[in-house]
Amino acid sequence: MPDNKQDIIQQLRRDILPLQGYKPPSAGYEVDLGLGPIEQAFPNGAFPTGAIHDFLTLDQEQLAATTAFLAAILSRMMERGGIAVWIGADSSTFAPGLAYYNVDPDRIIFVAPTTSKTILWTLEESLRCDRFIAVLVEITDLSFVESRRLQLVVEQSRVTGFIIRHQPRRKNIVASVAQWRITALPTQSQGERPGRGFPRWHVELLKVRNRQPVACDVEWTGTHLYPIPPKQIDSRSEGKTG
Amino acid sequence: MIHAAKAKQDKMAHRFLSIWFKNLVTDWLALKKPALAQLPFVMAASHRGRMVVTSVSHLAEKQGIEEGMPLVDARLIIPGIQVIDDQPDRATKLLKALAEWCSRYTPIAAVDGVDGLLLDVTGCPHLWGGERPYFKEIILRLRGSGYNVRGGMADTIGAAWAVARHGNISPLIEPGQQRDAIYPLPPTALRLSPETREALFHFGIFRIEQFADLPKKALYRRFPQELVHQLEKALGTRDEYLQPLESPVPYHERLPCLEPILTATGIEIALQRLLHQLCTRLEKEGKGLRSAIFRCHRVDNHLQQLEIGTTRPSYNGHHLFGLFKEKLPSIEPALGIELFTLHAPIIEPAKALQEMLWGGPAGLEDIQIAEWMDRVIDKLGPGSVQRFLPAAHHWPERSQQLAHSIADQPDTTWSRRQSRAIRILAVPRPIQVTAPVPDYPPMSFRYQNKLHERRKAAGPERIEREWWLEDGEHRDYYWFENQHGRRYWIFRSGWHSTDKQSQWFLHGFFG
Repeated sequence: MPDNKQDIIQQLRRDILPLQGYKPPSAGYEVDLGLGPIEQAFPNGAFPTGAIHDFLTLDQEQLAATTAFLAAILSRMMERGGIAVWIGADSSTFAPGLAYYNVDPDRIIFVAPTTSKTILWTLEESLRCDRFIAVLVEITDLSFVESRRLQLVVEQSRVTGFIIRHQPRRKNIVASVAQWRITALPTQSQGERPGRGFPRWHVELLKVRNRQPVACDVEWTGTHLYPIPPKQIDSRSEGKTG
Repeated sequence: MIHAAKAKQDKMAHRFLSIWFKNLVTDWLALKKPALAQLPFVMAASHRGRMVVTSVSHLAEKQGIEEGMPLVDARLIIPGIQVIDDQPDRATKLLKALAEWCSRYTPIAAVDGVDGLLLDVTGCPHLWGGERPYFKEIILRLRGSGYNVRGGMADTIGAAWAVARHGNISPLIEPGQQRDAIYPLPPTALRLSPETREALFHFGIFRIEQFADLPKKALYRRFPQELVHQLEKALGTRDEYLQPLESPVPYHERLPCLEPILTATGIEIALQRLLHQLCTRLEKEGKGLRSAIFRCHRVDNHLQQLEIGTTRPSYNGHHLFGLFKEKLPSIEPALGIELFTLHAPIIEPAKALQEMLWGGPAGLEDIQIAEWMDRVIDKLGPGSVQRFLPAAHHWPERSQQLAHSIADQPDTTWSRRQSRAIRILAVPRPIQVTAPVPDYPPMSFRYQNKLHERRKAAGPERIEREWWLEDGEHRDYYWFENQHGRRYWIFRSGWHSTDKQSQWFLHGFFG
């Protein structure tokens, strides 16, 4: 009997997931980021698309790191074509810089609304259009009620929304499948070659709906994202003295 | 022979309405300043060094003041007459506005000289229940609003013009009757130049019938050519065309209302109906509109209009209605709207919507993305939606260019180098650096009161200014990683020199 009970609970858990905004990706639309531990942290063991992801940034450097990490994710999502929308009041995103992360910047439509009210309107309108792969927005503050509205929209349209809250006045909770924080890490030189190394970040999943938060170091190797095994992280701190 | 008769019949089918504004400018002024309505007054302008009367009010005209009279003479006739300075072109401007107003009666309206309008009313009067009610409606509306007008309707422009100004029996000339109508009129009714009029006067001709039936040869010999031409135009044996103020748009729908519309719901229904009519036609012809103008003619002769544009030709009525809906609240119905029109000035062939059975994600040619873009541009204004294409320039500020249209494709590829920052400052900010050795990255820099010490750096990457575009110093760019692993894009402007401090700037942030 206990076995049976366990099965029932498992089944119920699986049934609850879609109700909470985790829908298994439809065939042909799975996104494999190659981010082992981070993807394992999500239910179904896959990066949830058709949901809202929330990114927190506190300064310009963090914003740049987040932008780069998102560009790397976008490049995976847009591999088979498609269009993404980038909404932000100031367009400090530099298209030639995005190209390094394998994104075709000409397949991104930039929208520059001026007020927070029009940003929200544009965001909702874009998330509602199911032809987009993803919608990114840079915003200062987003209230819980506003984010619930967005969550309801994406449940219908299955568009993935990335919200970057840059220097928010209030760090309130928003309705999202995950809250992320990306911080730049010192780069590692490749072998004997001096000079710059590949971009490297400390990726933290601060909140994951239904799961435990995790953190992991990730490097962009010029072609894909690569999670750095913990022991390599240790050697990094040793190398710091050099 | 049959063919000729048919051609003649076709020509007969035309109907023209000429409207003559006897005291156009003064009527308008009296409307603007009601105090003037009860006074005789004239408008005057300087002409060859003296003041000449340019228009005369109704009351002043009664006392014998005429246009073209020196102002001094006018003052003799009515001492203390009100004189108002005239502005050139005022009459034309007024007529244009009036012609636009007349577009509620016919799509083809033209300004005729400086004192009249000419409407091609072919096929319109039956909508008002016949020519007489139609004519009465227009003339009485104009008179009711304060203009002293006379009208004439005939098969030819010439006859309509003549009857409007000189006719005294009936303003409506039955089809084919223009000959009888103009024969008793004076030759001036033929729109002749002063020289021709003078010549006719010398011959003692005061009515058209006195010369109209003479052989043409005889007329050509004695009078300028113009006389015969104008006579033929009035009789309809010579073609004459009018130059419409606004060439009729073939994609034009109108919806007259029995009762003036006052409510927002009413306006929405009207718009939906017009869109439905237009879109059904467009879809049938495989075309789509790129812009549309919705006009509301108000009872008080006020015109309100809304305009929308689309990025791709569209015949989706639902989508177009959505674009208008944002702007509908700006319409003020006031006392009511009696006529709605919808124009589509720009029409392009549209590809039929194809249902995708399967296939990858949508591209830029997707119709729903185009519709999303229309909505956003409609709300945020043009220029708010941008797309970047690579440009063949090394200078960072010029290495991207704006796409002009949604269909623009890159003509070069994006360079996938690591040496471009992902976030840049709109204007590079000056920084203080410690750089002991020339052509070597700085040891540290200070930006916004924060010290960044070098952990690693790469560079320099020298980017020359494009001298054929602008003058200035070159830049030496460095990739700079600070003690916390944050990465910056900094550059030195110009050469390193010992006698003057070289300028360093922060240009962006790497991911």
